[in-house]
Amino acid sequence: MDDLYRDYILEHYKRPQNFGELDPHDLEALEHNPLCGDELGVHIRVRDGRIEDLRFHGHGCAISQASASIASEELKGMSLAEVGELDADWMIELLGIPVSATRRKCALLNLKVVRGAVTGDNAWPS
Amino acid sequence: MPPVAERALDLRADFPIFARGPGQAPLIYLDSGATSQKPRVVIDALADHLRSDNANVHRGVYPLAQRADAAFEHARERIAALTGAEPRTTIFTKNATEAINLVAYAWGRANVGPGDAVLITQMEHHANIVPWQVLCRERGATLRYLELDQRGELSLAALDGELARGNVKLVAFAHVSNVLGTINPVAEMAARVRAAGAVSLIDGAQAVPQMPVDVERIGADFYAWTGHKALGPTGIGVLHGRAELLDQMPPFLTGGDMIASVDFDGASWNELPFKFEAGTPMVAEAVGLAAAADYLAGVGMDRVREHELALTGYLLEGLSGVPGLRVVGPPEAASRGALASFTIEGLHPHDIAELLGREGVCVRAGHHCAQPLMRCLGVGATARASLGVYNERADIDALITALEHSREIFGL
Repeated sequence: MDDLYRDYILEHYKRPQNFGELDPHDLEALEHNPLCGDELGVHIRVRDGRIEDLRFHGHGCAISQASASIASEELKGMSLAEVGELDADWMIELLGIPVSATRRKCALLNLKVVRGAVTGDNAWPS
Repeated sequence: MPPVAERALDLRADFPIFARGPGQAPLIYLDSGATSQKPRVVIDALADHLRSDNANVHRGVYPLAQRADAAFEHARERIAALTGAEPRTTIFTKNATEAINLVAYAWGRANVGPGDAVLITQMEHHANIVPWQVLCRERGATLRYLELDQRGELSLAALDGELARGNVKLVAFAHVSNVLGTINPVAEMAARVRAAGAVSLIDGAQAVPQMPVDVERIGADFYAWTGHKALGPTGIGVLHGRAELLDQMPPFLTGGDMIASVDFDGASWNELPFKFEAGTPMVAEAVGLAAAADYLAGVGMDRVREHELALTGYLLEGLSGVPGLRVVGPPEAASRGALASFTIEGLHPHDIAELLGREGVCVRAGHHCAQPLMRCLGVGATARASLGVYNERADIDALITALEHSREIFGL
């Protein structure tokens, strides 16, 4: 069993949940990982101040794609205020694998784009 | 069977980083396109200079300072000799990026104006794109891109067509692509650029470390390269320029050492090459790079190329046996430098690099500072294996084995 590329990570990478377009949507954002050229965007539908539904789109490595897939189910139903409070530890813990410093950007790309869409804060997590 | 160099080089023992202690896994270094490893003679030359000959240059009259002066200018002669250039027109910069910026600022701002065009190619490194974007935006000029063909090569006919549109002031292009490996016909291109009344700048960062380069024979107006990819230290790059152009150009950076005299109202400029070397230069780095130039000249750049060409053939053949793997750039080794960028279906380049790294195999993954080219290729990223004089067939065997393991881990 590989420490990083565990079965569930590879499963999410190969068959990511909540990937595609969502139209109509209320919020959207697109982020690049400047180191590797990866690209991840999100469409979010909001109802009563909560994320009713969301879809990711783009391309990236197994870590960034699996992170987005795993986070997507947790994000559904969350209030926008709660999303604004999510931090890196939440994502890393949710991912459940040891992430090296260089791969941290990959793991956090989805939260960066979701936070960007919800709060307009593009500087996170620096 | 892939070609085998008649006299394969056996230089690994010259490079201390490859020495392994008991139980240490071997270092399989396939990232020389990013930076080369350093032979002992370079490390020793740097350390010896700092230990025994260190003083500031161009100022002191005491014997130690004179030794430093002599070491610095002797270094310039040996570095210039590696590429067939004159010391007077061999300018030290921080790296190839700064060398290109020097031309974009000092030559570009004096010679490119509204309505003019700068022509570059779709295969350029960001270092040979962004300075021209900034220049053109600032001067109201147009930046145009010479397109690649299906093989990832440039066409001289397309170059002629672009030049015929007129108003092209400068054409900048890589000698060897850091992604595709494509070796461009630089002498033919420089001649066409000259005939059209434009100025050429060649980015030789990938070429100088791996093949014979003669800037006079190429006929480049400007030729930029960097020390750290050519077995030398970081912190030193080189710009060769045509004397008439360099003489006419205003300085780039200003300050000490680049002046002839300064009074309260102004200053006059020092002679070449010092006009373009403001402040205390990279003396120890020059001494180190000169040792690298001597080392490469001692091996012989023809032999370096022969060795790496044979290994590139072996690399391409090995990669062709990996299912789902696609190499970008010209298919045959003879048309490319010693590197291969590739993608594998179902396996992202970052994951490839991570998994190979665990087996001691060092490759690069990402856009290789060539995002426009990545868009042309229709990929977000590639993995890249690039070779140096110290690589052997066993390194490539280790790469192929590690790629097979990576596919297994991903269930491919």
